[in-house]
Amino acid sequence: MTAAAPLEVRSLTKRFPLGSGIRRPQVHAVDDVSFELRPGTITALVGESGSGKSTVARLLAHLYEPTAGKVLFEGNDVTHVRKRRDVLRYRSQVQIIFQDPFGSLNPVKTVRHHLERPVRIHHIVPSHEVEQRVHELLRRVGLVPPEDIAAKYPHELSGGQRQRVAIARALAVEPKVVLADEPISMLDVSIRIGVLNLMSRLKEEHGIAFLYVTHDLASARYVADDILVMYAGQIVEHGPIEGVLSNPLHPYTRLLLAAVPDPTTKTEGQQIALARGQSSAAVDPAAGCRFRERCPLAIDICSSVTPELVEAQPHHSARCHVTAPAPAT
Amino acid sequence: MTSLVEQPLVTRARNTDLLEVRQLVVEYGFGVRPARAVDGVDFAIREGEVLGLAGESGCGKTTIANAVMQILRPPGRIAGGSILFEGEDIVGKSTEELRRYRWRNVSMVLQSAMNALNPVMRVGDQFVDTVQAHEKIDRRRAIARAGELLELVGIDARRVSSYPHQLSGGMRQRVVIAMALALEPELIILDEPTTALDVVVQREILQQVDALKRDFGFAVLFITHDLSLLLEFADRIAIMYAGEVVETAPAERLGVNPQHPYTQGLLKSFPPLRGPLVPLTGIPGSPPDLRDPPTGCRFHPRCPHCLPEQAELYRRQTTERPRLRVVEEGHEVACHLVAEAGE
Repeated sequence: MTAAAPLEVRSLTKRFPLGSGIRRPQVHAVDDVSFELRPGTITALVGESGSGKSTVARLLAHLYEPTAGKVLFEGNDVTHVRKRRDVLRYRSQVQIIFQDPFGSLNPVKTVRHHLERPVRIHHIVPSHEVEQRVHELLRRVGLVPPEDIAAKYPHELSGGQRQRVAIARALAVEPKVVLADEPISMLDVSIRIGVLNLMSRLKEEHGIAFLYVTHDLASARYVADDILVMYAGQIVEHGPIEGVLSNPLHPYTRLLLAAVPDPTTKTEGQQIALARGQSSAAVDPAAGCRFRERCPLAIDICSSVTPELVEAQPHHSARCHVTAPAPAT
Repeated sequence: MTSLVEQPLVTRARNTDLLEVRQLVVEYGFGVRPARAVDGVDFAIREGEVLGLAGESGCGKTTIANAVMQILRPPGRIAGGSILFEGEDIVGKSTEELRRYRWRNVSMVLQSAMNALNPVMRVGDQFVDTVQAHEKIDRRRAIARAGELLELVGIDARRVSSYPHQLSGGMRQRVVIAMALALEPELIILDEPTTALDVVVQREILQQVDALKRDFGFAVLFITHDLSLLLEFADRIAIMYAGEVVETAPAERLGVNPQHPYTQGLLKSFPPLRGPLVPLTGIPGSPPDLRDPPTGCRFHPRCPHCLPEQAELYRRQTTERPRLRVVEEGHEVACHLVAEAGE
């Protein structure tokens, strides 16, 4: 890979305190997460609710301050930038799209207003070209005719159109990185594919690096190049998406794959073992593998030693004592 | 059963469909332009059958559930048609008759089951309320029964003394399913029962429903937007679009041989998890406004086979409303194209 990674995170950690008191328990929402986003690549971040995947996206968007670890933008440490100018500069390169296109647009403002603001705030083009720029953005996300759409209010648009406006707004500043947090999960089934196709096209035509946060493995497979699987705040598997899905190493990835509805098999064909133990959010986790209570492969070591992320196959790593054992030292 | 147990509104009569909905019309609002959320829908559910009802948001699927349960609230109202439960029309029944019908004959699991439970009542007490509304049973026995029901859905019986917030989302959904079973109804309506849950929990719950169905023998009306889920769990599937049923077929047939262009488009909207990946298109456009639905076939503005070049067909597609026609036993389609092929 010759191109430098625009965004890289190293050992990113975020803990949220629970309740009140002196020794408050802490949720380890994101624990020692490292990865990079490359230009023209869609990286899927997959996990169940509470696994920390949205927290990762929010940390990268500078909406939360990490407890530990670093965020590097084109090699520069931007973890703790505070000055307005620096934050603006970072946000002009890294944009986020939220799950709910109904909540992320202002109901009393037109589409034009939503797209003009970032263009003006970040001085993307001279004032007299703003209008033209807005129309170009709308065309880019497939909202035509742009003159009509620009004058509309959010309630006059369908869910899919609204999400396209949200994407156009993110693109307004010509970002290098777009963080898409469950962008299709609130849309109707028949229009989801359109938004995924749009992401693919933007990736190819503009070389944008996408982080696609989702719980839907099938849509991840459809658009993404790489996949990160999160469980209880940790990355448990990481690799090229076809490799991971055709040969999953971590037992959690296997469980996820088995759980996805598969129209080609009737219920009898595919039964998964019922979960023992509770899932995801890690509150003051003890040492050991966080998946062990639900894991069919668990052995003694799993309850005492926290497994490391080990590159078991080229570019394909997993955090499991059994399927990806640490090389003997 | 003792005489203390009230009689359900409807008692069993064999050889009829369990539930038969005929030409049901439900409208919201009044005046010159009420929105017809359900417009002339027919379907039937046999005993012990799982009927899947699939469609996008706003197509009327939840309205149908509310109509069958008779819990439509103004401005919603049934403007026509009948709902026959074991041959008896439940439209226009009195409040007391409906009280006996609900939960005894038909129970319902709502989409937001998370919120269906009372947050300040212990789980067990909520069972007691439900059961005591229908049977003279003392509290201790009702609690014991609640524990048995919880065990059935894979929850420790001691959880009767938990409050809802002490349970995870999946457990709460299971509690609601257990409550739906409490009076052993013949039909359970599941309205998007797993939409808010993770895939692993979703599968666990559906497996349990499947096992319970084998033990109890109830029928299920399973409402969801996720067609891939129905293909796996339902016996028969009805596809709804803009207030109408456009296709019904056995699940295995619908998956391989969908006839309506909308069904075909829906199936092409799910990327596969296995096998080769091809670029998908979804369905262009978006569902219509039901206050002002398109004339003729309601799908025609989004239909890839509706072309002005084929003048005669185009005229029919844009002006005539297609009826459901049988294309093969158990497989009905409402589409001008399919009618052409069959005649």
